[in-house]
Amino acid sequence: MTEMDADSLRQALFAALRPIAPEATPEEVRGDLPLRDQIDLDSMDFLHFVLALHERLGIDIPESDYPHLTTIEAIVAYLQQRQRGTVPPPAA
Amino acid sequence: MIEFKLPSLGADMEKGTLLEWRVRPGEAVTKGQVVGVVDTTKAAVDVESWQEGIVHELLVEPGATVAVGTTLAVLREPGDTPEQLASARARIAAAAAAAAAPAVAATTERRVSPAARKRAQELGVDIDAVQGAGPQGAVTIADVERGAAAKTPAPADRARALRQTIAMAMARSKREIPHYYLAEEINLASALDWLRRENERRPVTERLLVACLYLKAVALAARKHPAVNGFFLDGQFRPSAAVHLGVAISLRGGGLIAPAIHDVDRLSLAGLMRGMSDLVTRARAGSLRSSEMSDPTLTVTNLGEQSVDSVFGVIYPPQVALVGFGQVRDRPIVVQGEVRPAPTVTASLSADHRASDGHDGALFLATVRELLQHPESL
Repeated sequence: MTEMDADSLRQALFAALRPIAPEATPEEVRGDLPLRDQIDLDSMDFLHFVLALHERLGIDIPESDYPHLTTIEAIVAYLQQRQRGTVPPPAA
Repeated sequence: MIEFKLPSLGADMEKGTLLEWRVRPGEAVTKGQVVGVVDTTKAAVDVESWQEGIVHELLVEPGATVAVGTTLAVLREPGDTPEQLASARARIAAAAAAAAAPAVAATTERRVSPAARKRAQELGVDIDAVQGAGPQGAVTIADVERGAAAKTPAPADRARALRQTIAMAMARSKREIPHYYLAEEINLASALDWLRRENERRPVTERLLVACLYLKAVALAARKHPAVNGFFLDGQFRPSAAVHLGVAISLRGGGLIAPAIHDVDRLSLAGLMRGMSDLVTRARAGSLRSSEMSDPTLTVTNLGEQSVDSVFGVIYPPQVALVGFGQVRDRPIVVQGEVRPAPTVTASLSADHRASDGHDGALFLATVRELLQHPESL
């Protein structure tokens, strides 16, 4: 797959969220605040979100990387690194 | 000849509105096939047929609201003669006419208890439209609540109707069921370790959630301790041989429903996970099946995501118990005289004292705890 830029990744991310949390639109969700503080996502929703990213982008996100998936911007940065084949260091 | 009737999709359902037929006259129906969609206060439900036959006649038009037990369609079986079908048709038509006739003659003065009048105001029910079933046609609280349940909502009113349905079921539960409550802190260290290792080797499409382990442990424990699994009906407890777990699912627009996953004690964890994932998705999309709505034998609620420590739930009648799980987090535990941190969860049991005693409940929770210490055998 050709590498997607940050804007395309952001779009794919919101598209993946839409069926799970229809209220999570780019207008409503701030990119710099933790996603789960802004919308009500339980573990099942989060797993469905990770699954949808896998389907759209072909990236399989291991559970050990979940700590990277905090804000929209952090997820975009993580996905960019995964596209380039660089594995980000473990989240603090 | 088979009369396909509107099934009860939960103890609190009296009527349903047919939204659409999914079959046509002349079509063959197989076991488990969805034949129509019925709107209840909770959801639009796909109603399945549990018998096989050829659709002979559809008796109810989409848009009609009918009582539970009303014949919706007639299915033909091999060997049915035209005479048999015609006489059955006449019998059904007579039953429908009898049901439509006014049951109570007009009275000069309506008797309405003050409590019923107050309840009608609370529920937003028109008291004049409620038919009384009390002495001499008096309108009682039960009549008002039935009236509220029978109101079929427009989609925009669904949230309010769902609230009323929950209100009625929960009020009935607290009126009728003598609850007792038990709680037990369970060490999840080995369960979470096992889960992490499992999920590392599983592709994302087959990953498991801890809730899966809870459900399987509860189902196996319920099979061992049947006093918490079944229904209290007609003044007595009727244990259920099957374990159909109701899974409390909160809806994004507010409210919750608890449809069943069937035979959880016999499912593999992978199968249970698929069932849970599918059920949550369809419950939130408002697309459930009749078999899922009608028969949970025990309900499980997991409020751990909301960071509460423990849940003391209200039993959903006619069930006799509800199991709750709180938040998983590191807490101090004592092992061999030393305090150390370990991930724990509080499992709680709300149970009906008419069906079981605290001793039964305690044994049940102890079994859940033991099963969760050996996740590989779940």
